[in-house]
Amino acid sequence: MKFKSILAGVALAITAATGSLAEKTKVGFVYVGPVTDFGWTYEHDQGRKAVEAAFGDKVETFYVESVPEGPDSERVMTDMALKGADLIFTTSFGYMDPTINVAAKFPNVKFEHATGYKQADNVSVYSARFYEGRAVQGHIAGHMTKSNIVGYIGSFPIPEVIRGINSAYIHAKDVNPDVQFKIIWAYTWFDPTKEADAAKVLIEQGADVVLQHTDSTAPQAAAQAAGNVITFGQASDMAEYGPKPRVSSIIDNWGPYYVARTQAVMDGTWASTSTWDGIGAGMVGIGEITSAVPTDVKASAEALLSRLRDGSYHAFTGPVNKQDGSAWLARGETADDGTLAGMGFYVEGIDSEMPN
Amino acid sequence: MLRLEKRPSPSQTWAYLAPVLAVIATMIGGGVMFALLGKDPFEAIRIIFYDPLFSEFAWYYRPQLLIKGAPLVLIAIGLSMGFRAGIWNIGAEGQYIIGALFGAGFALALYPTESPFIFPSMILLGALGGFLWAMIPALLKTKFGTNEILVSLMLVYVAEQLLASMSLGLMKNPEGFGFPGSRNLQQYDSAHNAEIWVGSGVHMGVVFALMAVIFAYVLLARHQLGFHIRLTGESPKAARFAGINPNRLIIFCLGSSGALAGLAGMFEIAGPSGQVNIAFNSGYGFTAIIVAFLGRLNPLGIMLAGLLMALTYIGGEIAQSSLGLPAAAIQAFQGMLLFFLLAVDLLTNFKIKWAKAEVTL
Repeated sequence: MKFKSILAGVALAITAATGSLAEKTKVGFVYVGPVTDFGWTYEHDQGRKAVEAAFGDKVETFYVESVPEGPDSERVMTDMALKGADLIFTTSFGYMDPTINVAAKFPNVKFEHATGYKQADNVSVYSARFYEGRAVQGHIAGHMTKSNIVGYIGSFPIPEVIRGINSAYIHAKDVNPDVQFKIIWAYTWFDPTKEADAAKVLIEQGADVVLQHTDSTAPQAAAQAAGNVITFGQASDMAEYGPKPRVSSIIDNWGPYYVARTQAVMDGTWASTSTWDGIGAGMVGIGEITSAVPTDVKASAEALLSRLRDGSYHAFTGPVNKQDGSAWLARGETADDGTLAGMGFYVEGIDSEMPN
Repeated sequence: MLRLEKRPSPSQTWAYLAPVLAVIATMIGGGVMFALLGKDPFEAIRIIFYDPLFSEFAWYYRPQLLIKGAPLVLIAIGLSMGFRAGIWNIGAEGQYIIGALFGAGFALALYPTESPFIFPSMILLGALGGFLWAMIPALLKTKFGTNEILVSLMLVYVAEQLLASMSLGLMKNPEGFGFPGSRNLQQYDSAHNAEIWVGSGVHMGVVFALMAVIFAYVLLARHQLGFHIRLTGESPKAARFAGINPNRLIIFCLGSSGALAGLAGMFEIAGPSGQVNIAFNSGYGFTAIIVAFLGRLNPLGIMLAGLLMALTYIGGEIAQSSLGLPAAAIQAFQGMLLFFLLAVDLLTNFKIKWAKAEVTL
């Protein structure tokens, strides 16, 4: 392939040139939303800032935001690689194939793709065990709901989101056998209007707890307007909506990982890896549980949190059946990562159909 | 005092001058905005308009202009014919999706059979898909007098749901570990809409876009149907007296714009995109409306407008990564283009006159 060899040659020349001119390591970030979403993309950008803070003059970072998943992302990545990026983080599932394509053309540039499953010699994948945080949310939700209806705003029915729903449900049901989940699919990661509508519908249907797997604060605002509804911050702390409706949150903490990977590129020790870290490693943080939560519930939630943190408890521990009643995990058995990674089924008790 | 006076007939000079003036006004307005954001306006404008064409890496960006511009031109050509006749297809985005699903669905059903007939069949099916989707508003309009603007727009959302359903269900990659999205057609040789010359950016969709420009030009300038289209738009009454069947025109305009949008979707999904997935459509069908108007509903104008629009996209991305401009600023910049065009358009139909203030008591 002539084109590929030209690209590779240029990349090589640039790497060599920048290497001799200055020792700056260039790190690019491709974002699916705006950096001001105060959710998913905001936290990735915090990670980028952590890289800048950690390395100062030795690093140069740049980003492009709101990049559609598809050929546009491929062009943005190529542009970054042409400009001499040493390391590129592509921070949305839909960038998977484009990342692999561009990586093949630039063998000397390292790529890190978030939440996907395709690796290559110069492509690592990384994600966080958000479902551990969902366990804590489910626990609080089960205790706090008076109507016994918990609303859940899903983004897309992909394994990551389904895992979250299952984990929240299992732990809500643990403390409240009457709890029901109502699930609405918004088919977006970030669309304040759609998210607010979904929250309103759930609240009208009687939900007094709203969990969200979308990135904007619109559901928080809708819950605040409705009054007696509690919510959890998603991806970002969303503390401005505390102490109520937001009673706690899941915080994505990418900074340490981004710093470590940048360091590896600087040291020449970077290798293609697959990382899936949770609360224990600090990739998933739990935001402060506010005063709106009774002290005994807060104490039990924190106990659960510390067991998840030290690894003495797995969020998917049997007995758990699948929705159709078939057995999945026997008593005491914990889920293996392979099943979790590709999870495409609800657990028993969730009264909702998976869309397809 | 300034006064507007309607011209007896639209000014030819202004009709051609307006897009140029709009682009200049956008550069000035955008420059002010970039300056307010604390960026060097001259550098920003240079990066957006000049760098994709002539910078160090232009050899990569130039082919990208064709890849980004082709679907815009293909869709806008179709839309422009209807727009000329006063038939408003706002739902090209939906026809684009359905065309893509028809083409990709056929290929995925045959996977992994290799045959030289697969790609040509996909082209036909892509056009058919878009055509059929556009027939819904067309038939509803001709039979029941519904408003094609609303129906075609609403069908975009239906098409998006269908796309989501296909990505999660029927067309999902069986080897995709439960993740949404189909197999990648780029890895399926018989279905891949590959570049004709590697690195040139010229794929079948670019060729079709060029052909569409030529056909539309001939149709409008030389063919009776083109005359009917123009006449209906300019004077519906005269058209009726001339015995033009409005229903046939509605079917033709919506059908052909649907087919072209469907083709654009098919070429995109079999080529640059490669995959049926939830986020496949990225707004080409809507942006093409701007392109159609920016190009004066004229086939050659549309070709230039499509390339210009592609330029602002690609230049905008470069400006984001190299200057740290927010994405919203680039979108506002593109919005200014249409805004200023509509503003300058006033001069095509109206004269500005100095009038003495009349004494009113």
